[in-house]
Amino acid sequence: MGKKPQIIEREEVVIRFSGDSGDGMQLTGTLFSDTAALFGNDLSTFPDYPAEIRAPQGTVGGVSGFQVHVGHKEVNTPGDLADVLVAMNPAAIKANAGWIKPGGTIIYDENNFTEKNIEKAGYEKDPIKEEKLDNCIIIPAPVTSMVREALKDLNLEPKAVLRTKNMFALGMVYWLFNRKFKYTDEYFEKKFKNKPDIVKANKIALRAGYYYAETIEALSPKYKILPAKLPKGVYRNISGNTAIAWGFLAAAEKAGLKLFIGSYPITPATGILEELALRKDLGVISFQAEDEIAGICSALGASFAGRLAVTSTSGPGLSLKSEAIGLAVMAELPIVIVDVQRGGPSTGLPTKTEQADLLQALYGRNGESPVVVLAASTPADCFHFAFEAARIALEHMTPVILLTDGYLANGTEPWRIPEMDELPVINPPFATPGDTPFLPYKRDEQKLVRSWALPGTPGLEHRIGGLEKTIKGTVSYTPDNHELMVKTRAEKIMRVSGSIPDLKVQGDESGDLLVVGWGGKYGYIITAVRELQMEGYKVSMVNFNYINPLPGNVRDLFSRFKKILVCELNLGQFAGYLRMKHQEFEYQQINKVQGQPFTINEIKQKCYEILKEE
Amino acid sequence: MAEENKLKYSPKDFKSDQEVRWCPGCGNHAVLSAVQRALAELDIPKENYVFVSGIGCSSRFPYYMDTYGFHGIHGRASTIATGVKTANPGLSVWQITGDGDALAIGGNHFIHAVRRNVDINIILFNNEIYGLTKGQYSPTSEKGLVTRTSPYGTVEEPFSVGELVIGAKGKYFARTIDANVTLSTQIYKDAARYKGTSVIEVLQNCVIFNDGVHENISGREVRDDRTLTLRHGEPMIFGKNNDKGLVLDGLKLKVVNLGDGYREKDLLIHDAYETNPGIHYMIASMRYPEYPVALGVIRAAAGQTYEMAVEEQIRSVGKNSEIKCVADLLKSGSTWKVG
Repeated sequence: MGKKPQIIEREEVVIRFSGDSGDGMQLTGTLFSDTAALFGNDLSTFPDYPAEIRAPQGTVGGVSGFQVHVGHKEVNTPGDLADVLVAMNPAAIKANAGWIKPGGTIIYDENNFTEKNIEKAGYEKDPIKEEKLDNCIIIPAPVTSMVREALKDLNLEPKAVLRTKNMFALGMVYWLFNRKFKYTDEYFEKKFKNKPDIVKANKIALRAGYYYAETIEALSPKYKILPAKLPKGVYRNISGNTAIAWGFLAAAEKAGLKLFIGSYPITPATGILEELALRKDLGVISFQAEDEIAGICSALGASFAGRLAVTSTSGPGLSLKSEAIGLAVMAELPIVIVDVQRGGPSTGLPTKTEQADLLQALYGRNGESPVVVLAASTPADCFHFAFEAARIALEHMTPVILLTDGYLANGTEPWRIPEMDELPVINPPFATPGDTPFLPYKRDEQKLVRSWALPGTPGLEHRIGGLEKTIKGTVSYTPDNHELMVKTRAEKIMRVSGSIPDLKVQGDESGDLLVVGWGGKYGYIITAVRELQMEGYKVSMVNFNYINPLPGNVRDLFSRFKKILVCELNLGQFAGYLRMKHQEFEYQQINKVQGQPFTINEIKQKCYEILKEE
Repeated sequence: MAEENKLKYSPKDFKSDQEVRWCPGCGNHAVLSAVQRALAELDIPKENYVFVSGIGCSSRFPYYMDTYGFHGIHGRASTIATGVKTANPGLSVWQITGDGDALAIGGNHFIHAVRRNVDINIILFNNEIYGLTKGQYSPTSEKGLVTRTSPYGTVEEPFSVGELVIGAKGKYFARTIDANVTLSTQIYKDAARYKGTSVIEVLQNCVIFNDGVHENISGREVRDDRTLTLRHGEPMIFGKNNDKGLVLDGLKLKVVNLGDGYREKDLLIHDAYETNPGIHYMIASMRYPEYPVALGVIRAAAGQTYEMAVEEQIRSVGKNSEIKCVADLLKSGSTWKVG
């Protein structure tokens, strides 16, 4: 093989690691991403795993995948189609056949392509041929037998040997992308601190894979992706769930309060509770409640007692918390509820993505029960919106629902770490004892916000609760008082619009088509819109993060475009909401409910269609 | 007791300006006044009291107290109280609840609060009926009770509060009768001082929907013979003439008449602080007519409270961590510099 490997310089590449849920694909993908991030690439990742912890081995239902999109240019999504697929078994081919770029590279463990496994995955004989993937560069590698051979001198248990298969595969991918071992080696040393044998085995397997790929080099082009041009600063890779947790910590520090989280584990939101449970060193009280209701109610109790109180959940859990959110509306206490949306209704698709909790967040309570609703757009900006949600809750004495989704929660991307000085100070409206008796529902005239009287303060003793009250806190069933309070609570939320930024257009301020997104599908939409702009179309985009209240410049902005297209992963909830709030415009829709995000192409095709219409 | 009260409150200081709206003759009035008396005799600043309740007649209680108060939603008082106490362990937190609120809709929260041993004082008004919704059976209603939702009698076994508390690893359980303000006041004070979840079951009369439910043990004529008021360190003796007592007969409790071959020194001595729940469980389970119903502090075993364990963990983790502020956290682990 005297031929020199072909090196292709690429702007961006999408790699998908795929195998049984026990094959360690999530770790493999994470190690590759972290190494790419440290190298300076921009990236976006997406773990796609089944709800079952260990579905039957070798079946399509048990396939766990991790996709990473790395680039020299700005990367906004984990990518549609993979340039490189690592398949640990035939089921991984089955699960991903439709997601490989024509001419892409497939590396697979040929030892695992046994007759039995091929049959289990639903093939007759040759998965590659049967899927018509012959146009791809196919690299069969005897991964299983190679790690057995490479590790034979270590006298490890056979199971421990097989557990290094993923590192062999990772080694091959490192060769393909010319990556260094340093970060991965350090990870082994830290993770298996007390198991030197395992550290050694993983290092050997990683290198064995790398050298194996080098030896068969002529079979595939090597990719070269230069570091991305990111703004100056110190960066780290961060997932949405971690960013949410850290945003709350930052807000607590900026408000001079301690943080309390009351939560119940639920996929895909659990990471937020886990991350905050770690942060005892920052004084966090993390309360793992007996259920979703206890999670939010304990947080409400903590809020009453003067903490920054938050609770995290996913769709079905938000349903359970509804009554308590109503209580927070009535009691006018600050609290943030994070809803990491997943496919619904009911248990639905626990590990898949959807944006169908919007109307539940806006209206899913009894009575006139307005709350502030925000939605984050990317894993990294979850930090900003968690901070914003806490700021609004504390300064406006209201529950705030923050929507993310499974993609944001578990996806990662590089994040420029802010200095704490860059973040605003948060000023909750604390009550101070005065000469007159404290009135719990007395409000400041501008924002209509009541003040926060903390137990333990002499002279501010008062009672609040779910029954309708007068300004004094006296229970009242008087018709006029109820109407006044209902309208005041609604107006209080509307006035939050005074402290939120205007919508920003991506692209020209006017044009033929405005593509509208909200929350976590930003990356897909902006990528499609940028491509359309490059093609010369007069298309711009806005992404809504402030859902209730809406930013002040919506009408002005919408009126400058001939057509409006709303993209969302539901049957049109935001479009319906916009129709209610801004009836003067006509809204077209693109919707998808497959538990998967839009592909860039789907969005573009819809745009072409609309642009063609007269 | 006067010298212990350096703060010099009177029960009046704990009365809010709200008109009490319970039915005339309702047992709740007596509970309210006993609590106000107990608070006046305790050495806790008024601003440190928080009363939390759920939904039901008794849950209106916080409105009548001139303290901090939070009237919650049905069944969730334990969770709100847990949040308040954990967030600020310096507060004296009281949960006001009923048999429906605590044991039906809030049963899950109730057992978990008890299990965690959060330092809150739970006053459970047990009238064995739903009052606010006008007379449906509750989880403590006697089997066979005819109510609006059990017109042919209930077919369910009732809960016994004491058994449930001890079964949930509860360390403090007391029982009193609404009208017995002296005993109730003593118990509330004891519970306030106890560190951990204290559950006080108040046998309370609903004058409208279950009138006289506890009359067979609380009636003036019969109460001395049908109840046993426990005092730590004293023999388990009862009866109008102090002539009856309890002994252990094999593995069971037995009522004996003093004089019938039994002397006072043969009787069981009450040890509320015993950690083994065996005897407390038997005492809490006693039912008339086989036994007298036990009143007073039945169990008050020591144990670590939840909020103190949380504080201790925060302190010890904080001491050993390099992360002292959010900026430290943001820059921890793998980072890289651009430009």
